[in-house]
Amino acid sequence: MRKELSVLIIIIFGLFLGLIALDLTFGEPDNAAMDDYFIRNGQEQAATNNIVTTIVFDYRGFDTLGESTVLFTAVVGVGLIYRKLVRGDADENE
Amino acid sequence: MRMSKIVRFGADVLFGAIVIFGLYIIMHGHLTPGGGFQGGAVVATGVALVIVAYSYEEVIGMVKKFVLTIQESAGLVMFAGVALIAIGLGTTFFFNFLANSGSLFGMTVPFGPNSGELNTGGVLPLMNIAVGIEVWGGLAIIILYMLSGIGKTEEA
Repeated sequence: MRKELSVLIIIIFGLFLGLIALDLTFGEPDNAAMDDYFIRNGQEQAATNNIVTTIVFDYRGFDTLGESTVLFTAVVGVGLIYRKLVRGDADENE
Repeated sequence: MRMSKIVRFGADVLFGAIVIFGLYIIMHGHLTPGGGFQGGAVVATGVALVIVAYSYEEVIGMVKKFVLTIQESAGLVMFAGVALIAIGLGTTFFFNFLANSGSLFGMTVPFGPNSGELNTGGVLPLMNIAVGIEVWGGLAIIILYMLSGIGKTEEA
């Protein structure tokens, strides 16, 4: 019973993803004004050949700041979890 | 737990190459595919290789967790600091104030395909370096923390 249910879920989810994939088009977005702006002006405005880096660190720098904060928060969380395990003899590790 | 001499020697040889390759990816983030996140992950892979090859006690003797924590925080502070300097110069947050200025990383880039020059990009190389330092420290400290947890449970 459980096996049949999981097979059914897989089939339904696969159909769901497959139907979406049939509708996708690649390479010709409807709204290309912003892409064209980046491609035309990115090299001169940021003096960078790599347009992806230009967007990630210059045009969308604020997003990258959030990304770095997410990594920092993840490290703080891991540190909090594992700090307790070594509390007994902390002098050896720090 | 200690690996054989072959594994340790192989790790010694490969560690330098991995670190240099990671630093290359960080440094050329504004010219080639890659950047701070990817290069920092590569360098952290080298640290993981050393951790696998040597025992936890030996790795703790080589590098302190405290240093890696400071390194991670310094990367994030440097990233935000470069963005804040732009405010101090009277422009907006994250403004690329070094681009086309002629000073550090300030060479101009012509439109279209060109051979690429390391001394371009304005603040982008600085931010790549900052993010690289942060990711390097962050991933290495995660591995070390998890390893410390495993070691203690096995002994108990």
